[in-house]
Amino acid sequence: MPTAASIRDQAAIAGIGQTRFSKGLGMSEYEMAVEAIFAACEDAGISPREIDGLVRYDMEQTDEEQLLAVLGNPLLRFFAGTAWGGGGSASVLVVAATAIAAGMAETVLVFRSRARGKNSAYGKDPKQGGRYWEKLATSLPGLNQWHVPQGLVSAFQEMAMLSMRHRIEYGTTDDHYADVAIAFREHAMRNPNAVMRAPLTRADHHASRMISDPLRLYDCNIETDGAVAFIVTTAERARDLRQPPAVILAGAMAAGSHHIRLSTMFERSWEEDSPVRVARQLYEMAGVKPREIGAAFFYDFFTSLVIIGLEQYGFAPRGEGGPFAADGGLSWQGGRLPCNTNGGQLSEAFIHGFNNTSEAVRQIRGTSTAQVEGCDLVLVAGGNTDPTGAVILRRA
Amino acid sequence: MATGPTRETYLTRDLPLPQPSLDNAAFYAAAARGELRFQRCTPCRRFRHYPRPVCPYCLSRDFSWDLSTGRGTVYTWTIVRGPTLPAFEDELPYNVVDVLMDEGVHFVSQVLGCEPDEIHAGMPVEATFVAVDDDITLVKFRRCA
Repeated sequence: MPTAASIRDQAAIAGIGQTRFSKGLGMSEYEMAVEAIFAACEDAGISPREIDGLVRYDMEQTDEEQLLAVLGNPLLRFFAGTAWGGGGSASVLVVAATAIAAGMAETVLVFRSRARGKNSAYGKDPKQGGRYWEKLATSLPGLNQWHVPQGLVSAFQEMAMLSMRHRIEYGTTDDHYADVAIAFREHAMRNPNAVMRAPLTRADHHASRMISDPLRLYDCNIETDGAVAFIVTTAERARDLRQPPAVILAGAMAAGSHHIRLSTMFERSWEEDSPVRVARQLYEMAGVKPREIGAAFFYDFFTSLVIIGLEQYGFAPRGEGGPFAADGGLSWQGGRLPCNTNGGQLSEAFIHGFNNTSEAVRQIRGTSTAQVEGCDLVLVAGGNTDPTGAVILRRA
Repeated sequence: MATGPTRETYLTRDLPLPQPSLDNAAFYAAAARGELRFQRCTPCRRFRHYPRPVCPYCLSRDFSWDLSTGRGTVYTWTIVRGPTLPAFEDELPYNVVDVLMDEGVHFVSQVLGCEPDEIHAGMPVEATFVAVDDDITLVKFRRCA
């Protein structure tokens, strides 16, 4: 693999911005996007007119046309989208860094806006807020035709099946799940932006309603309104901007031969699994080992997937992610690996992974409300199904 | 809070079903006859599911629709307790299982006549057929010895 054109150390996150996070902001995704983007530009100390690149999810409702019209008509020369939602929450940064390293753009906007609070649905399109799966057509042309008619209608039920298999193979327990939920809630209690800030006990976790076995209410991410935006630019230019840069040391993406669809996902081997491949590529490009990572941000749509992520990214041996999370293993203070120090998507907000990236940048800047000492390297992983991606950020 | 139409206006009221297509037609035609058939690659002899025009292992486009034993074991499972689609609400709580078939393919389905606390990994099951309309017969499972 040629390394001369690597994205290693080429780009940096120079600005982060967000709206408030809430169970109902009463704003359109369009308006929230603009608020977060302006905040990110202000944070970086640039004008929105300087944006010349844009990377978003392909499912993002607010498109280039809408954005150009409210950002002072910046002259875009690079734009791209990543597929499959939360699996791409770090891949958007890989794509932005790739564009910057190739000279296709210098100031790349990356954002996500999401109105998914209970009362935020507006309109019948699955992208217009609310629970997308409640707006499924009754005739299914896609691969979900092989499980939706069997009553498996949503990602949380699919992930329940995957989580159950992990328990069958390795004996992962409710207590391990609670260890993740409690650690992240304790982080959220320190974070004024977090939506869920009430104390959470092990008993609260175990007593919470079973949603889809083995996942209980407190194993699931919250649904919220909010938007998050980043300004990514060259590592060199970032040094001259307002904030200490979070340099993208390395990035990787992977899509495997077997997709999330349950009819095929159990046919792949551990080594073929996309997050495992991403981890391998990532550590090789970065030239670092998992033990050198100061804090990690997993795509915590469910507690169980954080545990599996610990194994996929080499922090715990296969099957031992649960015991790794036990006894405060993920705590910002003295944990084996401080994780999701904002409270994550379990307790801060669910902005499709982007709010975890903001907090990763704060850890690099040293401004987190749960600041990890000596945190020079931070891992940010996308949703660990498939396709997926990850980045390692470092201090300049 | 946002104003506007409530989301209930847009809920799916009916059971969502596979859209009949050239790719899945042979599968559902067999199911309508009470047969579970999977695509099997002619050169490399491996089975595959879901239906697709090319073998994922050897890339051959030659295949036959071979009869399955209809038997397998529960590989993983969940009990859906809600929320779920309105079409399934009357069935709550209900099981969904991933069956590892004798042929080595995985099939997502449900075990009929089985209480939530009876489902377990490794449970032997066999296929049964539930006709839904003229085009679609769904493949479900029952416990077996």
